[in-house]
Amino acid sequence: MITEFGRVLIFLIIGGVFVAAGLIFARLIRPHRPYPSKLSTYECGEEPIGDTRTRFNVRFYVVALIFLIFDVEVVFLFPWAVVFKQLGWFAFIEMVVFLGILFVGYAYVWRKGDLEWEKPSPRIPRYERGVGVREPEMTPEEMAV
Amino acid sequence: MGLLDQRFENGNIIITSMDSVLNWARLSSLWGMQFGLACCAIEMMATGASHYDFDRFGVFFRGTPRQSDVMIVAGTVTLKMASRIKLLYDQMSEPRYVISMGSCSNCGGPYWEHGYHVLKGVDRVIPVDVYVPGCPPRPEALMEGLMKLQEKIRNSSLAQRKSA
Repeated sequence: MITEFGRVLIFLIIGGVFVAAGLIFARLIRPHRPYPSKLSTYECGEEPIGDTRTRFNVRFYVVALIFLIFDVEVVFLFPWAVVFKQLGWFAFIEMVVFLGILFVGYAYVWRKGDLEWEKPSPRIPRYERGVGVREPEMTPEEMAV
Repeated sequence: MGLLDQRFENGNIIITSMDSVLNWARLSSLWGMQFGLACCAIEMMATGASHYDFDRFGVFFRGTPRQSDVMIVAGTVTLKMASRIKLLYDQMSEPRYVISMGSCSNCGGPYWEHGYHVLKGVDRVIPVDVYVPGCPPRPEALMEGLMKLQEKIRNSSLAQRKSA
């Protein structure tokens, strides 16, 4: 006697066997001629540069944290707005206190300067005239001839 | 690995029936690599669109060489692009086929004599199966090129041909 979930189990087993059989069969009959160029990472025809696992700038960390806090604030506001009429003034004062606490946090991060986006200040090298500049071989008058 | 690949010197009844099954599978789902180089790519897009409907030949453009069977070199192969095309061809998995579409990729086309920046035929970097002439070829011509390629695949065999 097969129960309802027994059928699900049979279905899962057949599914797994089907996938495994396809993969094994393909592995047996397919051509297999690897070489370094074929195995290289696909970058739309370019030579891949560097690693896929790059590091994010740490500046995003503070922004993500602040976003999380105010995101949760909005999530709390929605059910509060739905039941606001039943709860009355008590709910209003509670929410004002809640928003007040978060507003203190907001003022704090503003004061700390976490909302300022750190701009990079690159040092641009200056080139003196004549260094790396090719002098024109012909004067404009010569070109006009 | 590869029980069937490059293992047989002579054909027999089993090999030939396996051939017909494999070849039928290969020629009925030639997935193209989705990249165009010049005005031929416009014709290739028209061929892929609903009016000419490349899909009825099983041609279905993929965004990666790993999933592609046929590379349609549609357009002018500049020298800068030639090395990329070589790498893209290398990254395709076997069996892989190349259709050279249009005069530019066949032989350099109008840039044959004075095109300092154009590769004089894509067959100088990758092996080409079918050349489709035209500047650019009409979608019908590309479809005929594809049918020629299907014919070529239909006649291929697992048994290695003895070189004459």
